[in-house]
Amino acid sequence: MTQPVSLENNEFGAGGRPISVKGESLFRDSVRRLARNKAAVVGGTIIVILILVALFANVVAPYPYAEQTLVDQNKLPQWVLSLFPTMKPYAQLSSDYFIGADYVGRDLFSRIIFGARVSLTVAFIGPLISLLIGVTYGSISGYFGGRLDNLMMRVVDVLYAFPSLLFIILLLAFFRSTFAHPTPGTFTYTMSQLDSASGGLLFIFIGIGLTAWETMARLTRGQVLSVREKEFIEAARTLGAKDGRIMFRHILPNVVGPLVVAETLAIPGYISTEAFLSFIGIGVNPPTPSWGSMISDGAQVIRTYPNQAVFPALALAITMFAFNFLGDGLRDALDPRLRGNQ
Amino acid sequence: MGRYIIRRILYMLVVILVVSFITFGLMHSVPGGPFDKEKSLPAEIIANLEKRYHLDQPLWKQYLSYLNDVFVPHIAHEKPKGLDVADDYLIDIKITDTFWIRWMNFGPTFSSRSRSVNDIFRQQLPVSVQLGTLALIIAIIIGVPLGIISALKQNTIYDYLGMSIAIFGVSVPVIVLGPLMIWIFGVTLKWLPPTGWGSKPPYIFGFLPTNLGWDYWKYALMPSVALGLGSSAILARLTRASLLQVIREDYIRTARAKGVKERNVIVGHALKNSLIPVVTILGPMMAGLVTGTFVTELTFGIPGMGKYFVTSITNRDYPVIMGTILLYAVFLVVANLLVDIMYAYLDPRIRYD
Repeated sequence: MTQPVSLENNEFGAGGRPISVKGESLFRDSVRRLARNKAAVVGGTIIVILILVALFANVVAPYPYAEQTLVDQNKLPQWVLSLFPTMKPYAQLSSDYFIGADYVGRDLFSRIIFGARVSLTVAFIGPLISLLIGVTYGSISGYFGGRLDNLMMRVVDVLYAFPSLLFIILLLAFFRSTFAHPTPGTFTYTMSQLDSASGGLLFIFIGIGLTAWETMARLTRGQVLSVREKEFIEAARTLGAKDGRIMFRHILPNVVGPLVVAETLAIPGYISTEAFLSFIGIGVNPPTPSWGSMISDGAQVIRTYPNQAVFPALALAITMFAFNFLGDGLRDALDPRLRGNQ
Repeated sequence: MGRYIIRRILYMLVVILVVSFITFGLMHSVPGGPFDKEKSLPAEIIANLEKRYHLDQPLWKQYLSYLNDVFVPHIAHEKPKGLDVADDYLIDIKITDTFWIRWMNFGPTFSSRSRSVNDIFRQQLPVSVQLGTLALIIAIIIGVPLGIISALKQNTIYDYLGMSIAIFGVSVPVIVLGPLMIWIFGVTLKWLPPTGWGSKPPYIFGFLPTNLGWDYWKYALMPSVALGLGSSAILARLTRASLLQVIREDYIRTARAKGVKERNVIVGHALKNSLIPVVTILGPMMAGLVTGTFVTELTFGIPGMGKYFVTSITNRDYPVIMGTILLYAVFLVVANLLVDIMYAYLDPRIRYD
């Protein structure tokens, strides 16, 4: 263990309790606390299962996500019918589909499974982009301070004033039409190829990334500002450490906890943003299944075939629950001060 | 305080200018104009249309004249006719018979010859404002009491129940809750109409509905609960955490020690202080609700700004896009300023200067 980390251990000492004489690494202590939190464990387990399902979607899903069997449109199995008895007068039964087929005869269950890929990718790439930009920006601003800090924070303030979702919609419209008909060999061409390869996800990432990092930048700056004045930084500087070393070895390890917690708690927001964009039809490109676009399709027929909206909605809700549980648990485990109820 | 407010207002203007600049820039760098869609028009007609909407002028000129129309108050010496869409100001204030102050002309919309952006604002914005306000009210009247009860009965069944509702609220977005509510209350139980909105123009003060009977609420209930629930969950968790912190403070112990009744300790000493951090979240929460109205309107088929904004993006209806983003940005910065002022008022320890 390096010097600053054990300093932190002294300071935060396992949730305010006096630290044991033997000492325990902050990491192990956190993991233990996390494992004791049942909700977090349940959330984590669901997320692991989801990741596995998404990775092996080809194997798990009974049908390819885009396979249409037009004669089977809106068909559903018996157990779904007993769950939604209003469909009795007109429902066509078929036991081929676990939770039914959609309006063009695609298997809903397989589409939900493949849809996990989209939501989970957003759940992991979103925070990554936001952390990358936000932490870099915030730590430069906080570390160097002065006029640069002032200027950089004003920029963040301006971006903050944007109604972010409207801005994402505008950005997506901008990207989609700018990169619609590119000439081969140019940068825009590469971008649009990447975007269609990812089923339209690339531009969603850029849109979310461009709007989500501001919170992270503010938080990082605040954290860096508070650590910057600590004695061990002064000690490192006296020993001749350069800015880069102080930043990476001494400051960042000490501020990273709250940042990770904040980012985990932001994940449900990213997931629902993507779902919303797909819901209004400017998210992923069809036929890539996203839970948002499935809910949107299902909402069209909610009076006649409620199962087509309800199941994707449940999938989305369960995933959001899982990330919220895990986020709360991580917060309690990594940063007991934030819990606020002790 | 006065100096602080003035500085904030000046700063706010800069923010709005930058927002308008970025929006204008992005909008115009999108290839394709508003008039090159489905049925391609003859070149002369397009040229004429572009001339009519000043799209043939250099961009900087278009931008400046737009800023002039929107931000600079104009003076008219007679009653404004307001018939021409190009002469339609959102705010017409009569000072004397020969002196009118006219402000905020967002220009004509490209999608309809006879309507201005202000017409859209007048008809659609009140619906969004009503929805957002109702959701805010619901968020507060559910969230704050829930948080208080959870904190006062910490680690009891009430606390667990309250916090379960809260985690449900933050985990279930409107696009999930909306279809589920429509299916349960609209389709299966048939208690409430699944889509639509119950108020029509004219509105009181330009946005308040004239009828507040069941005919209004049966439409408003589901969407505003769906939208407000998420924010109420955030409020509940924050109120709980904050109250728990406050009731462990020394001055609460002092109050108890000198024999103040428990009820008075909570109401008189703890509550007010615990609500201070809650006020700070109102700014960001309002931003969430404002954009949330878009989601909710699209989910419940409510004729508010949401639908217009999304269609205006695909139609490249520049004035509607620009106007909506600007109006919402102005609203958000003003709301944030008010929250900050309220914060300073509530907490004497905070002084801006």
